Amino acid sequence: MVDASPQLKPVWRAPDEAPFIQIENVSKDFDGYLAVNSVNLDIYKEELFAILGGSGCGKTTLLRMLAGFETPSSGRILIDGVDMTNVPPYERPVNMMFQSYALFPHMTVEKNVSYGLVKEGIDKQELGSRVSDILELVQMTEYARRKPNQLSGGQRQRVALARALVKKPKVLLLDEPLAALDKKLREHTQFELMNIQEQTGVTFIVVTHDQDEAMILSSRIAVMQNGAVIQSGTPKEIYEYPLNRYVANFFGTINLFEGNVSKLSDKELELECSETGTTIKAMNVLETILGARLSVAVRPEKISISKEKPVGESISVIRGVVWDLGYHGNLSIYRVKTSSGKIIQVSAQNRVRSAERVLEWDEEVFLCWDTQSSVVLTE
Amino acid sequence: MLGHAKQCRADRVNTNLPQQRTLDILWRRFAILVPYLWLLIFFLAPFAIIFKISFANPIVALPPFTPLFEVAENKDISFYFTLDNYRFLLEDNLYWMSYLKSLKIAFVSTCLCLLIGYPMAYAIARASPGWRNIFLFLIILPFWTSFLLRVYAWMGMLSTYGLINNSLIAIGIIDQPLKLLYTDFAVYIGIVYSYLPFMILPLYAILEKLDFDLHEAAADLGARPFVIFRDITLPLSLPGIIAGSLLVFIPALGEFVIPSLLGGLDSLMIGRTLYDEFFGNRDWPLSAAVATILLLILILPMMLFQHYQARESQDPL
Repeated sequence: MVDASPQLKPVWRAPDEAPFIQIENVSKDFDGYLAVNSVNLDIYKEELFAILGGSGCGKTTLLRMLAGFETPSSGRILIDGVDMTNVPPYERPVNMMFQSYALFPHMTVEKNVSYGLVKEGIDKQELGSRVSDILELVQMTEYARRKPNQLSGGQRQRVALARALVKKPKVLLLDEPLAALDKKLREHTQFELMNIQEQTGVTFIVVTHDQDEAMILSSRIAVMQNGAVIQSGTPKEIYEYPLNRYVANFFGTINLFEGNVSKLSDKELELECSETGTTIKAMNVLETILGARLSVAVRPEKISISKEKPVGESISVIRGVVWDLGYHGNLSIYRVKTSSGKIIQVSAQNRVRSAERVLEWDEEVFLCWDTQSSVVLTE
Repeated sequence: MLGHAKQCRADRVNTNLPQQRTLDILWRRFAILVPYLWLLIFFLAPFAIIFKISFANPIVALPPFTPLFEVAENKDISFYFTLDNYRFLLEDNLYWMSYLKSLKIAFVSTCLCLLIGYPMAYAIARASPGWRNIFLFLIILPFWTSFLLRVYAWMGMLSTYGLINNSLIAIGIIDQPLKLLYTDFAVYIGIVYSYLPFMILPLYAILEKLDFDLHEAAADLGARPFVIFRDITLPLSLPGIIAGSLLVFIPALGEFVIPSLLGGLDSLMIGRTLYDEFFGNRDWPLSAAVATILLLILILPMMLFQHYQARESQDPL
């Protein structure tokens, strides 16, 4: 019933397309506590945009300002070119799916879903067909006469989604849509959400604290910390080119190297890393000077591990011994210790099936990765 | 009630269960037994006595009514049973008028308490936790003073040259003092003032638990503030409205002190009639009949409430 591998939409589109939602320099001050700090975001039509961050990072406040439950202290929000900053929630072309689902306990599923349409005052025939269409879309037709307390968590989630979608909003806001579901149901529902988003063509904005969820679901992600957006981009951009340690650590494991710039050219730079006693090569992506202190991040899967010393032009090489290794079926995780004591994590795909391990504990190995895999962190 | 209590005692005999479990069950039975015993001793037994007296004839004796039966020396049992008291209640306008007046005053007071109490309960439920406790404390504060004293205080305020009249004259709104005391108006003030907390507290308990997300969800779906109140808040707070209304209506119906102190001669409520019949005329059987009818009037809304609650627990909100 649900396509397990829906087509990911093209990651990015025409560069001249006008943004559908513009968040312009929006701040929210709660009695001296700056919950949202001058956020600028452009979100495009039919995107599934994720706002990601830990608790208290301001992501929910930002969402509530989009819904109209909070007014920005400064800045403005435009949806489809119309300034929404002072429009009350009941007049916005926006609907929200609450984390608690907020289903009306005294109304049946059908009444819950039709509530928004009744308030719009559309005629009975259209109302009936739209409600039954949306219930079919979320596969809740047979539960139409039940009350929310007679439904499971997953069913309530579908009703909440249907109730928000039935009004055909320009933007659907989802506050931690999957947080209340158990793990298995969550994975299933992720794909379902993506399917429904594609079928309806509504712009989704999802708030989540789960980086995997954000990566799988969204076309683009904005990572928030302390009320500010610290990085936004496609999941790939954020994973491959994190701007700082926070983002780098938020998405999976990463190895960080600190050092001073020892060589600088137009395209490349070299870092004298005191921790490993080697030089690390990276692309020169930002304006820096000789001697400046920088951090470079390398993902474990970008590092190759071998017993022979690799040779090549634009690679960084570090020597160490295998300190720890873990077999994960499809890949092996090696933790390699350098002579200075730094632990570097490497993951290698187990392409060849062999009875014996190629590398064993305490074996001397060389780690190497190419210059393009080194990510210079700006902060 | 009695039947249930007996059954509880019978259940104790079952000793097949492990000891701890038996103890638990015993304790639970005991906990249930206490309120039933309380009702039995302090409510049902006195009512049975009153019910019995209502079928007797008044006589000048001690006690001032005929016994239900008498055993003569020849062991003949003679019953004295009369419906005269009830017949008299039906025939005499005074009683009907008192009942109707009481119903009217209790009903209007309940509506007024609801109109005043609902916004107050709502405001308290929406206040910050610190303010909430202060407000609740203020609501309960009057109970720390004697009820009678507070009604006397109202007499002082409402009298011809009391606080209210003097202030109004001083401001220049009126030239002559208004007749406030000994009117229905004063009775309403007294009842609404005294019973308002009983309306606010159960309403607060319900409104405080109400999930505010539901308001936002309704607003998000296009409902304006008043519509949200009508569609969401009001239906979900119905149990509180019913509980509060009963807590005001029932005591207000039988209220004696407030109408006798603040009311005029025409505010003859049934509590006052009952008092006069009992202490003035010493007609115990007739006053017992008046009390029995009053109880019937009260039991009716209570049974409705019970019915409503039973339905709620079957299909919880």
